[in-house]
Amino acid sequence: MYVNYETEGKTLTVHLYGELDHHYASLLRVEVDARIKREKPKELLLELTNMVFMDSSGLGFIMGRLRKMQKNEGTMMLVNPNRAVERMINMAGIDKFIKIIRKESVTK
Amino acid sequence: MKSVAVLKKPKMITGVNSFECSFDAKSINESFARLLVSAFVSQLDPTVADMTDLKTAVSEAVTNCIVHAYRDREKYKNARVYLSGVYFPDGTVSITVKDKGCGIDDIKQAMEPLYTTSPSDERSGMGFTVIAGLSDKLKVSSDVGKGTTVTIEKKVFGG
Ligand SMILES: Nc1ncnc2c1ncn2[C@@H]1O[C@H](COP(=O)(O)OP(=O)(O)O)[C@@H](O)[C@H]1O
Ligand SMILES: [Mg+2]
Repeated sequence: MYVNYETEGKTLTVHLYGELDHHYASLLRVEVDARIKREKPKELLLELTNMVFMDSSGLGFIMGRLRKMQKNEGTMMLVNPNRAVERMINMAGIDKFIKIIRKESVTK
Repeated sequence: MKSVAVLKKPKMITGVNSFECSFDAKSINESFARLLVSAFVSQLDPTVADMTDLKTAVSEAVTNCIVHAYRDREKYKNARVYLSGVYFPDGTVSITVKDKGCGIDDIKQAMEPLYTTSPSDERSGMGFTVIAGLSDKLKVSSDVGKGTTVTIEKKVFGG
């Protein structure tokens, strides 16, 4: 798992690469929350074009950040999740609370 | 021994190939387990979708051993996960994930969507639901204080 960040105004984009499982979710959570605390974004984008694998620990990570953004009266979106990831989101029924968008070019 | 089978029992025919191993119950080994299963199942030349489903299901079961079975780390000095697999002539793959941890008292409840005993840890409670959704058969047996065995079966089709 590899991650990098991009800030533009009040939007924080987190680019995720590789496999998001329990091991990496617990590391990532600390890192991303520190960013959120520091930058207080109004919008959090998780850019998943290159995230090739996710299990339910990744769902826990997404739900946790969603709750955090909602508490701060912000929003969160997923950018380009692959089909398997999107299916996990639907399985958990969180597609009602989280917007999925498609972008052709994603800067990093 | 309590046991809940979501669907039928795995069938008993001689497999074409099988493996068996164990590793430390450390979170870094979640990806190791997925790699092992991928390498084994790739012998059947499965579709990417079937391979992803199996990897995800195994990841769930292995993570549960690491996160839940041995949550009392003091008590379990030699916490290990036992992983084995077999495939059959018709392309059915059966993977078994076993631990010698705390066990599950109420398996039915544990398998309910969103049920988790560690919400503070950001567990989604969706592990068993995901396994059931991505596999053809799922069997969970557990003995409190002795451990849990999860068997996942899925027929894969050549890619
Ligand atoms: N191997 C195991 N040993 C002990 N308890 C387990 C095991 N696997 C699952 N459980 C119990 O079942 C519950 C549900 O598991 P799961 O659906 O994977 O959700 P989560 O892992 O997010 O809690 C867990 O919270 C735990 O209490
Ligand atoms: Mg789980």
